[in-house]
Amino acid sequence: MRHIISLLMENEAGALSRVAGLFSARGYNIESLSVAPTEDPTLSRMTLVTTGSDEVIEQVTKQLNKLIEVVKVIDLIDGNHIERELMLVKIKAIGADRDEIKRLVDIFRGSIIDVTDRSYTIELTGTSSKLDAFLENIESSAVLETVRTGASGIGRGDWVLRV
Amino acid sequence: MSVELTGAEITIRCLQEEGVECIFGYPGGAVLFIYDELFKQDKVRHILVRHEQAAVHAADGYARSSNKVGVALVTSGPGVTNAVTGIATAYMDSIPLVIISGQVPTNAIGLDAFQEVDTVGITRPCVKHNFLVSDISELAVTMKKAFYIASTGRPGPVLVDIPKDVTQQKAVFDYPDKLSMRSYNPVVKGNAKQIKKAVDLILGAKRPVVYTGGGVILSDAAKLLTDLTKMLNYPCTNTLMGLGGFPATDKQFIGMLGMHGTYEANMAMQYCDVLIAVGARFDDRVIGNPKHFSNENRKIIHIDIDPSSISKRVKVDIPIVGNVPDVLKELIRLLKDTEGEPDQNALREWWNQIDLWRARDCLKYDRASSIIKPQMVVEKLYEVTKGDAFITSDVGQHQMWAAQFYKFDKPRRWINSGGLGTMGFGMPAAMGVQLANPRAKVACVTGEASIQMCIQELSTCKQYKLPLKIVNLNNRYMGMVRQWQEFFHGNRYSESYMDALPDFIKLAESYGHVGMKIEQPEDIEGALKEAFKLKDRLVFLDFMTDQTENVFPMVPGGKGLSEMILV
Ligand SMILES: Cc1cc2nc3c(=O)[nH]c(=O)nc-3n(C[C@H](O)[C@H](O)[C@H](O)COP(=O)(O)OP(=O)(O)OC[C@H]3O[C@@H](n4cnc5c(N)ncnc54)[C@H](O)[C@@H]3O)c2cc1C
Ligand SMILES: Cc1ncc(C[n+]2csc(CCOP(=O)(O)OP(=O)(O)O)c2C)c(N)n1
Ligand SMILES: [Mg+2]
Repeated sequence: MRHIISLLMENEAGALSRVAGLFSARGYNIESLSVAPTEDPTLSRMTLVTTGSDEVIEQVTKQLNKLIEVVKVIDLIDGNHIERELMLVKIKAIGADRDEIKRLVDIFRGSIIDVTDRSYTIELTGTSSKLDAFLENIESSAVLETVRTGASGIGRGDWVLRV
Repeated sequence: MSVELTGAEITIRCLQEEGVECIFGYPGGAVLFIYDELFKQDKVRHILVRHEQAAVHAADGYARSSNKVGVALVTSGPGVTNAVTGIATAYMDSIPLVIISGQVPTNAIGLDAFQEVDTVGITRPCVKHNFLVSDISELAVTMKKAFYIASTGRPGPVLVDIPKDVTQQKAVFDYPDKLSMRSYNPVVKGNAKQIKKAVDLILGAKRPVVYTGGGVILSDAAKLLTDLTKMLNYPCTNTLMGLGGFPATDKQFIGMLGMHGTYEANMAMQYCDVLIAVGARFDDRVIGNPKHFSNENRKIIHIDIDPSSISKRVKVDIPIVGNVPDVLKELIRLLKDTEGEPDQNALREWWNQIDLWRARDCLKYDRASSIIKPQMVVEKLYEVTKGDAFITSDVGQHQMWAAQFYKFDKPRRWINSGGLGTMGFGMPAAMGVQLANPRAKVACVTGEASIQMCIQELSTCKQYKLPLKIVNLNNRYMGMVRQWQEFFHGNRYSESYMDALPDFIKLAESYGHVGMKIEQPEDIEGALKEAFKLKDRLVFLDFMTDQTENVFPMVPGGKGLSEMILV
């Protein structure tokens, strides 16, 4: 099953490599990882998307908690949450395709943020599966470049992750 | 204004503040300023080893035998890479160490400078935590954190990497007495509800087993564990790391369990209905095939300070995260307050069953053999030292025989590398033990292959007059490898014969020690007695043992606990 692990850790050099090292050393999957400082600059917030059986995910959370620099760990899948990922994608757009693509971008509530006479660069946010769905609707040979941030997530309502 | 000290002075002052009396190390360019400060003081004694691996093993033996934090000091680059084996050894067995390593100056980091390695990167997977001190103002607090992290929670090695320029810079020395870290707060007390549930389960047991490991030794909980077990009259088994946690001469002790555990311990473990696991981590060498283990129904209580040790390989019913002594105290208190008591009829039946398993006499060997049996050497060592020595070992068959035949009644007397299984550990670890316990009898039970992996330390032993007794069970084979080749690889003894052995007697003598070669079973006892009479000399006892002897019982890889190969 897919899990979205969200954690707060000390914003220190090397903290990221401890997390990445843990995943590779113990053979856990990482689908995506995103990290940036929070409103408190001494803390970073990381979102990790991973898959695994319940036993594996239990170990993943325990092992993450064990890292000295990690302050708090939650699995967003345990409650109501919102997930968003940002994608920038450059698509070949010539002739009749240009209108077709523009319609598709509208349907997915994306925006075209750069244009040439042969391509569009599109910005799209949403759940990772929405971004996948968008790409599935574009012929793969037309996709020139994709850049995705990996998912970020946050709990709904009063559910907050803070120190 | 307060005086400023250099980074090197601060480093040494921190050690003094921590009450460190003895460190193990080897100098080099990056740590020269620290060595200079060592030279100028006399509170911290420095032991010069002959290889950095040995420095860490010695600090490790020091820590294991004394429950103090062991400290090693090495230079950058090769000093660090040599130390890695020692660090990983301590990490796998959860031993509290602080390793101080020199680093190239901060402005040279990343430039492939002379003797530069990414120390923090190389050691990251085998330390509890590590630090690169890039600013002198953080040196003292980092040292404080290192000692704190190493010795609290589940202990482990912590490395502090100090660039050379930081050892020269100056700062006011201010050693914090207290630390609070928002990201590190090990649990101590167990959850009261869980402990209550455990009490009910314990009292309801019909076929109970108390299974304890390194956590009992590490937390100095042997006394409490023994009290609890005696109070209940339940059988007790120890892991290789847990020996001495419960007195081996007590009739409730059913021996070590696991791959080379006793028949009775493994059978009891497999067929118990309530398992009380204390500071043990259900290692693969302990429960064998986990599927086979789960075939039998039993309820498991697991006390461990590290949540990640719980339900890792075996699902447990009542997890209790906490420090062993705190949890045991609470358990004992509740048990005393409860009306109920164990079902004595069921318990009697269970003991009868265990006695039947015991009657299998799984550790028997040919005592009348005309060739020295290694088991007999360990038995005699036990008798001659009256069970009161510190025994270190290397890795192989000799390690298993030492564990099976030396009856450890006290904790911290059995010192070996269980998790990493590091050949070369025994002698340097024994040096650390002897330095922590200057008057104690210290013996290293080793094999002719293992001892050669840190043989250079005979020189260190000479310099510091460490009167170790090296008990070399010389079977001219990497015996443990040979045994697996015999059992599982059609007697093809690929590269396991130890050819071209040195004359260990002459070798020992060349370092100024005493050497003895023992070839007859009837000479074992006399030689050991003579060796221990030489109170201030290292004696290398080279026992010519039976080359074909194997360690029994044995649970082959992938097999279940009850599927032992017996003699
Ligand atoms: C050749 C060879 C053969 C071996 N054969 C066997 C064998 O037959 N039988 C055997 O048992 N082992 C054997 N081993 C050793 C094995 O590999 C493991 O090292 C060992 O079984 C682990 O012991 P343990 O479970 O006690 O855990 P340890 O590694 O000692 O871990 C201690 C546990 O206690 C916990 N702990 C630490 N401090 C505390 C505290 N204060 N409070 C609560 N919990 C705490 C830790 O979190 C950890 O889970 C062998 C090794 C070698 C090299
Ligand atoms: C550093 C290291 N290399 C290899 C091994 C694998 N190994 C385990 S036991 C053993 C043989 C040990 O031989 P010896 O020291 O003579 O002990 P014996 O088994 O004969 O008692 C080997 C090679 C190891 N444990 N450690
Ligand atoms: Mg041998």
